[in-house]
Amino acid sequence: MGEILRQNLLSPIALSFALGIVAKLVRSEFQLPKDMYTALSIYLLFALGLKGGVELAHSSMAQIAAPAGVTLLLGCITPLTTYVVLRRLGRFSESDSAGIAAHYGSVSAVTYIAALAFTKGMGAEPEGFMPTLLTLLESPGIHIALAIGAMKTAAPDRNMKHVLHEVLTARTMVLLVGGLLVGFLMGEKNWQAIEPFYDSKGPVFKGALTLFILEMGIVAGSRLGDLKKVGPFLLGFGMVMPLLHGALGAWLGHVAGLSVGGCTVLATMAASASYIAAPPAVRVTLPEANPTYYLTSSLAITFPFNILIGIPVYFQISRWLHG
Amino acid sequence: MRVPLKLVTIVAEPVLEEQLTNLLRRLGARGFTVTESRGEGSRGMRASEVPGQGVRIESVVSEAVADRILEQVARQYFTNYAVIAFVSEVEVVRGEKYV
Repeated sequence: MGEILRQNLLSPIALSFALGIVAKLVRSEFQLPKDMYTALSIYLLFALGLKGGVELAHSSMAQIAAPAGVTLLLGCITPLTTYVVLRRLGRFSESDSAGIAAHYGSVSAVTYIAALAFTKGMGAEPEGFMPTLLTLLESPGIHIALAIGAMKTAAPDRNMKHVLHEVLTARTMVLLVGGLLVGFLMGEKNWQAIEPFYDSKGPVFKGALTLFILEMGIVAGSRLGDLKKVGPFLLGFGMVMPLLHGALGAWLGHVAGLSVGGCTVLATMAASASYIAAPPAVRVTLPEANPTYYLTSSLAITFPFNILIGIPVYFQISRWLHG
Repeated sequence: MRVPLKLVTIVAEPVLEEQLTNLLRRLGARGFTVTESRGEGSRGMRASEVPGQGVRIESVVSEAVADRILEQVARQYFTNYAVIAFVSEVEVVRGEKYV
């Protein structure tokens, strides 16, 4: 375990991320230009979708059915466990609990990509249809959590239809689902022509990822100051909850017949917290929920935790489950 | 030639842009201008916590419409969101364009 952790901490992803945090800690004004950040995220997501679509064309329904089923199950369980733990143990308000649950019920695509890179580096290639699972996990958690929030707090004008539209048409969903379709339709031969540019094992993708992660380090670093404001419970929650959801994800992945790599990636998805799609959706529907809580826990605690420590742990759990 | 009218200015969190511009249209504004903005207020940086810049929405309207807009914005958004709204006097040509 120690060796795996060390290897992960010395990976370009973890080091670039750490550099981003350090840059923020020493108050460097350096950051990626906003448009470049946007362009990189579009590239990474589209690449994931395309490759996933090409792989999807090779997979049979029978192969995907069980993993897709457990993924949807995870999408329903994680917002509920998050809500109950925060409400009962953490004594958070209903809105705050539901707001945070929306984040932990959804998935962070960057953390997913990091898990993908990690498992490939470990020689445990995950199944090709993982991007399909990623799209399945993106939205249910947010809606379940927001529905809980809407039921518990009787405020007027909860525009759920508006939120559904927002979440489903957000950049992440359009690029992932659109990429899956394009990849699925174009077939292997066409894929080969663009593969060097988009392949997640190729130099372009890996290089772009380090730049993107560097910026994510800066974003996470800029929230570290808020750690004082959120209190010890949320601090512990941000690290323990991913471990529990990760273990559950690994186990369900194992039950559904995923490989070690597939289990690790599914575990990481379950453990990760969204910080792109969820915040605006929560802000609009649950305005009483304090943004400092949900943004700090997902972005400044859980995200770094997963990148630096979580992913190797989920890998170890998955290996252990596979004997 | 110049007609006195009201300029309504709303500065708000970016997530509210669509809701606010819909509200303006519904209450009788004929047009508006949205610009991205930065700043800090009584809620500290809370306003800009959800990623994205703040928005400043401006619209030239009649006095009656301005009153309706301010009343609705105050009722729906002041409690939970970082929003300010104010009205100033302006003079325009082509006054019929705005009402």
